[in-house]
Formats: sequence, C-alpha cells, structure tokens
Amino acid sequence: MLRDITLGQYYQTESVVHKLDPRVKLVGTLLYIISLFLVNNLTGYLAAALFLGCMIFLSKVPFRYMVRGMKAIVFLLLLTVLFNLFLTPGEALVQVWKLTITKQGVRIAVFMAIRLTFLIIGSSLMTLTTTPNNLTDGLEKLMGPLKRCKVPVHEISMMMSIALRFIPILMEETDKIMKAQIARGADFESGNLIKKAKAMVPLLVPLFISAFRRANDLAMAMEARCYQGGEGRTKMKPLQYKRRDYLAYVVFLCYLLILLALRNLRMLP
Amino acid sequence: MASYALRDVSLVIPDGQFIGLIGHTGSGKSTLVQHLNGLLAPTEGSVYFNGEDIHEKGYDKKKLRSKVGLVFQYPEHQLFETDVFSDVCFGPRNLGLTQKETQLRAFEALRQVGFPEEYFYQSPFDLSGGQKRRAAIAGVLAMRPEVLILDEPTAGLDPKGRDEILERIAALKRDTGITVVLVSHSMEDIAEYVDRIIVMNRGSVLFDDVPSVVFTHVKELEEVGLAAPQVSYIMQALHESGMPVRTGATTLEEAEREILRALGR
Repeated sequence: MLRDITLGQYYQTESVVHKLDPRVKLVGTLLYIISLFLVNNLTGYLAAALFLGCMIFLSKVPFRYMVRGMKAIVFLLLLTVLFNLFLTPGEALVQVWKLTITKQGVRIAVFMAIRLTFLIIGSSLMTLTTTPNNLTDGLEKLMGPLKRCKVPVHEISMMMSIALRFIPILMEETDKIMKAQIARGADFESGNLIKKAKAMVPLLVPLFISAFRRANDLAMAMEARCYQGGEGRTKMKPLQYKRRDYLAYVVFLCYLLILLALRNLRMLP
Repeated sequence: MASYALRDVSLVIPDGQFIGLIGHTGSGKSTLVQHLNGLLAPTEGSVYFNGEDIHEKGYDKKKLRSKVGLVFQYPEHQLFETDVFSDVCFGPRNLGLTQKETQLRAFEALRQVGFPEEYFYQSPFDLSGGQKRRAAIAGVLAMRPEVLILDEPTAGLDPKGRDEILERIAALKRDTGITVVLVSHSMEDIAEYVDRIIVMNRGSVLFDDVPSVVFTHVKELEEVGLAAPQVSYIMQALHESGMPVRTGATTLEEAEREILRALGR
C-alpha cells in the first residue's frame, strides 16, 4: 500500500540524460513546464510530445515507469477535465439537463489534460534519471545566489536530502511495526473511520518515536564528523558543467524557440 | 530467473517442543517465522495449524495470531502506551476479553517474564533496554499463546540481560509446557535449552535434528557462516588427535563427563 509512492524514485541505468548535470535537468524541466503553458495550438503540443518522446528514448527508462507516476493524479486529471468541460462559457455543443458542454470547454479540457499529463511525465523523467542526492546538490547550486538575501540555502538542501533518505527507512519501519501490532491482534482494516483512526495510534506512536530516535542518532553521527553547516564546506564531487551540458542548454533553447515560432505561426493568416 | 526467499521448507512442529531456529543473516529465518502466524502467505505450499490450513477461506487469522504468538526482533520498538501495564493489556484486549480477564493476563504475563512490579505503571520509554524487552515479550505472552516464537530475543542485550531472558523463556517452557521456537544466529545461546535445532541456509533447511547431532557437522556449519559451540570444537579436536571421545557433547558438563569417560576414570 505504501509502496506505490514513486516520489524520488530513481531508475538506475547508463544514458546521456542520466549523465547530464542536475542543474541542466532542473532548469530544463522548469522550462519545459513553462513551455507547456505557452503552447496554444495542437501543432505546438505535437512538438512538445515529440520532444518529450525523444528525451524518454534517450533516457532509456522504460515507459511504464513514467505511467506509474500518472496513477497518482488520475483523479485530479479527471476532476480538471470535468470542470473545464462543463463550466466554460461559450458556444454550446451538447446540453444535458443544466450542464452544457461548450466548444471552448472541450478545447480547454483537452489542452488541460495534455498539459497535466506532459507535466507529470516530464517531471518524473527528471526524478527517474537523477539521484536524490544529485537533485539536492543541483538545487543548492541553483539557489546559491539567494544566500545573499539570507536564505539558508545549504540547510534547506540538506534537509531535503535527509528527508528523501528517510522515506524508504520509515516505510520499512512502518511495515515492521504494523506486522508486530497485527501479531498482537491489532486490526488496521475493519471498522468505521473513527475506529480506524484509533487503530493507528499503536502504529504512529512507535513510528514517531523511532523517527525521533533516528534523527537524534543522525545528528549525533553528523556532529561526530564535525558537520557545521554550509559555511566553508566543499564538495567531494563539485558540480561542473561539461560540453554535453552546454549542448543540452542549446537543445532546450532551440526547443523553446521552435515552440514560440509555432505559437506565432497560428497568428499568421 | 525467479529468486526465492524460502524454498522446500517442510517442517512439523509438535506440541511442547523447544526448537532453535538458526541461520546466518538473510538465511530466511525471519521470513519463515512470519509464515507461521499468517503474516506472510506462501506463494506455493501451505501452512497448517492444529490440522487446519491457515490460508483456507474463512480461517480466523486473528485467533491464529493469539495462539501463535510472535515476538519480533527488537520488540521494544512496538511499545506505545503511556504505561507498561496498559501496553501489555493491548494484546488480550484485542481478543475481546473482559477488563478483568485482560488485566489478569497482563499481570500474569509480566510476572512470567520477571518484570519488577514497581515499574508496572511507569512509561515504557523510561525503562532500561532489558526491561523494555521483557515488557514487550509480556505483551505477546498476555494473549496466552500455545506457541511462542521469539525472533532474536537477545539481540542487543548485554550478557547478563541475555542470560536472564533465556532463563525466563526456559522456565516458562518448563512451567507451562508451551511450544517455543527460538530464532537466533548464535549456537551458544540456544545449545543448552533446545530439544531440536533447525539450521537454515539460503532459504532452505540444512539440518534438522537434536543439538548433539547438528553440532557434529562443525565444518558444514562454518561453511554457512555459523559456528558450533566451543565445546564441539574441543571435542572434535580431541577426537581427531586420537582420543576415543564421542563428539556430540553440547554443554560443558556433557563434555567433561565424556572426556573423563574416554580417559577411563
């Protein structure tokens, strides 16, 4: 049940996309998401799909891993589509009782569905090809300039990487405690909502205690190795742009330009 | 190729036996014991308790779990109540017993594990490691299981705490005739208590016999990352150097008798 969470799931393989600097992937994903909202015609979406398809092909990550991330948002997707379909004013196409489907509604609903799908697949492509550690490293580097405004950039990225690291550990722990309580006759499944919530106490209390204990141990271990925060701290493997990274930026730029061109193309007669 | 956590494991555990389940880390001990109370279901094969298939439709798993008590590794991590006594009450209360019966069983279980009465109403989180462990074991015992399975009950305890826990379990076995399965990776721990040893290796049963026979396989045991008790080594060495001793001794006393016999005294 808890294993369905795909957050921060990394797919190990050798590919160009995997080797890219995490900063490129972060910026690229952000640009891609923005581009999805700039597009205003089907030709543009075709280009976006083509681009995404190429990236997936290059990454060598099986397509089903991308789809797995989609499962979580199916409900959200349906809701968005339905709302857009029925609540957009305009030229009526079909009328059922008080609900009207308009031409504009269909258009917006389809575009919204495409945008959300591409958005999720695009960002899962990033997390699937980047290790959590690399991701936080990249974020730290990208947010570097914010340090001047007294934003604790290093601390934020450290917390992120620790949080990501703890997800599998805590899931394993949950499984263990759950089994132990089931062995003592606990019942997590039957009963109404209140009963179910009450049944969580024997699970949550030990889980919290164990999380605190682990956090405490980790803090101790970090201090024992003289961790003092980001001040003057260097990295064993500092992020450095290579030729392929600059090339990737160029590719992204080209993609953006093409999309913008396609956007204006429609304006022409 | 499919990989198996357990393969070809066929066991009969008769009532009242004291069994030691031994194996190296990752040999499948913990997986095996979780099958015994239905927490895990086998993909092939079946598990019977008192003649009934526990994965048959309509079989009462909750009742099974009260009859086959499983104490997990580091059981103190499952404590959650505000005081020890209420925590021990959790198991019997889940069985739907009356308040009085629940408390009676909790009291009895805490007494059985030798938990000091003055700490009954203390928070379980203020106790020492050994006391926490006892409280957690009592939590399972309070359901009055017919079979008690303990997964590495002595892990992380000091030698004194370890001996005390093992003594308590042995005493419990003597007094109530309960069936006990003791999981461990240390031969020394279990050699003097158990009637039968099951050695697991890579998800299969390697040996299944009385301790004195299992311990004669010193070399095979070492090959799978285990060690026989130190006496077995001595007896083996004596035997190899030509002394007419039998190598099946498992405890110091037996070894002493055997050596004296071989020397003709």
